Amino acid sequence: MIILGIETATQQVGCAFGGVEGVLASFSSARGRRHAETLVPAIQFLAEQAELDLQQVSVIAVDIGPGLFTGLRVGIATAKALASALRVPVIGLSSLDLLAHQVRRTNRLIVPVVDAKRGEVFSATYRQVPGGVQRLSDFAVGSPQDLANELLAHREEALLLGDGAIRYAEELDGDAGNVELAGVANAYPSASDLVELAHPRAIREEFVPAREIEPLYLRKADAEINWQRREHA
Amino acid sequence: MSSVLGIETSCDETAAAVVDEGRGVRSSVVSSQIDLHARFGGVVPEIASRAHVDLLTPVVAEALVEAGLEGPDVAAVAATIGPGLIGSLLVGVSHAKALALVWGVPFVGVNHLEAHLYASFLEEPSLELPVVVLLVSGGHTLLIHMEAPGHYRLLGQTIDDAAGEAFDKVARFLGLGYPGGPAIDRLAVEGDASAIAFPRGMRDEGLDFSFSGVKTSVITYVRKHPQVETADVAASFQEAVVDVLVTKAARAADQVGAKGICLAGGVAANSLLRERLLDSCIAAGRQAYLPSRAMCTDNAAMVAAAGWWRLQSDGPTSLAVGAYPNLRLPLS
Ligand SMILES: [Zn+2]
Repeated sequence: MIILGIETATQQVGCAFGGVEGVLASFSSARGRRHAETLVPAIQFLAEQAELDLQQVSVIAVDIGPGLFTGLRVGIATAKALASALRVPVIGLSSLDLLAHQVRRTNRLIVPVVDAKRGEVFSATYRQVPGGVQRLSDFAVGSPQDLANELLAHREEALLLGDGAIRYAEELDGDAGNVELAGVANAYPSASDLVELAHPRAIREEFVPAREIEPLYLRKADAEINWQRREHA
Repeated sequence: MSSVLGIETSCDETAAAVVDEGRGVRSSVVSSQIDLHARFGGVVPEIASRAHVDLLTPVVAEALVEAGLEGPDVAAVAATIGPGLIGSLLVGVSHAKALALVWGVPFVGVNHLEAHLYASFLEEPSLELPVVVLLVSGGHTLLIHMEAPGHYRLLGQTIDDAAGEAFDKVARFLGLGYPGGPAIDRLAVEGDASAIAFPRGMRDEGLDFSFSGVKTSVITYVRKHPQVETADVAASFQEAVVDVLVTKAARAADQVGAKGICLAGGVAANSLLRERLLDSCIAAGRQAYLPSRAMCTDNAAMVAAAGWWRLQSDGPTSLAVGAYPNLRLPLS
């Protein structure tokens, strides 16, 4: 079984091929050209280098967010097209799950934080369990200050990671001393983790048909928010 | 037969179509998002982008099924790369490039304005170039001399509002809802087009257009005469805009000696504009090419047609291409 992973939830764009023997090939770039320009040529390049025919791919794994809306749409539109053209199913994974996976060996509370722009962050809390991590909370969107207050209330040692943790280091690194921020090595979810985490799910056939997969926005379009405010005023 | 799959997501229509060699429409599927945007009185970019992600996969599948083709049977995949809403364009471009990669066929990036120019070809097998094209939509008002596929000269354009924009703004002011063009078109039938003499901006000079004056004078007039029949305002406004469009298109055709005039763009669905342009062409002994309403408004058949022509002249587009919200019509 060959899995093609597509990762575009943050400013980093990535893709990877994986299978039973783990990650076969991966690409990522956190700067330079943008997602739509980079993604398809990167998949093509990677397939050539790994001597894989796209027709061998049996599952598409894609990061469904939360994250940057435009990046997510590029990744998901690409994933849907690949899956429908190859007639293979899709597995959607969350950016926050992928980030938490990066630091799964800590005993502390794990808090991935993705920059949501406009002064907000996406976050959730996780804890190590045998074989991985378990999510303890819903995915949330809010100000870094709200997240900091929540962590203070937890009174627990916490490890924060992700581009949101880096951008809002000052707001999140409270005075209580119970919070540590991971560095730039853990800034973005990775396509390699994506295919690795998708593999057990693929074996359990936890698939979604291509046309049903959609981004996890967690935030309505501005116009809808304003319209609701007007309607309920 | 060289069949091209076209994909169009530049604004609020999610569309896919299969066209043979730039002329024969095998299928054309358009999923309109009008209902999603109507309550906001206009297209909301974020809502449009989200809807394209949902709708595009089934729309493409339907276009292929209606055409009786399997994906790998197509000769190329063409998609609009601009101008348009960036978030919407990116969905179609990303989808199209991935399909082309898997099927191992060329990808062709298409200019949306150029695509509109090809709408007439899809329904008029006898169409002969050169022609003058009057391209009128919510975003554009252009007079183009189309000499050959890929060879366009800009003869005139709006210096302020696009014609469709004027329709939308006046309809909103009159409380007729969104989209404004069809609403005014319908109401105008019941009104007296000679009731109010709204100004014809720049009618008697050159080939450029100006529509902000007529929009402003509608607003001023209605504020001064609150008892006026809305149908009369709609009819008189439409009369003023159509008069200018038809006068200028005829002048352009005279100047370049064109044997025909093509209508293109969303406003080309307006019934008065179609009727007047036809009258004007008959009087001048010219051909009038009036594509059906479905081909005037945004659709993917025109994208597939333009893509086929571009593939002949320029070859495939690089898969490293992006989306270009301010793309201009390539002029020769
Ligand atoms: Zn258009």
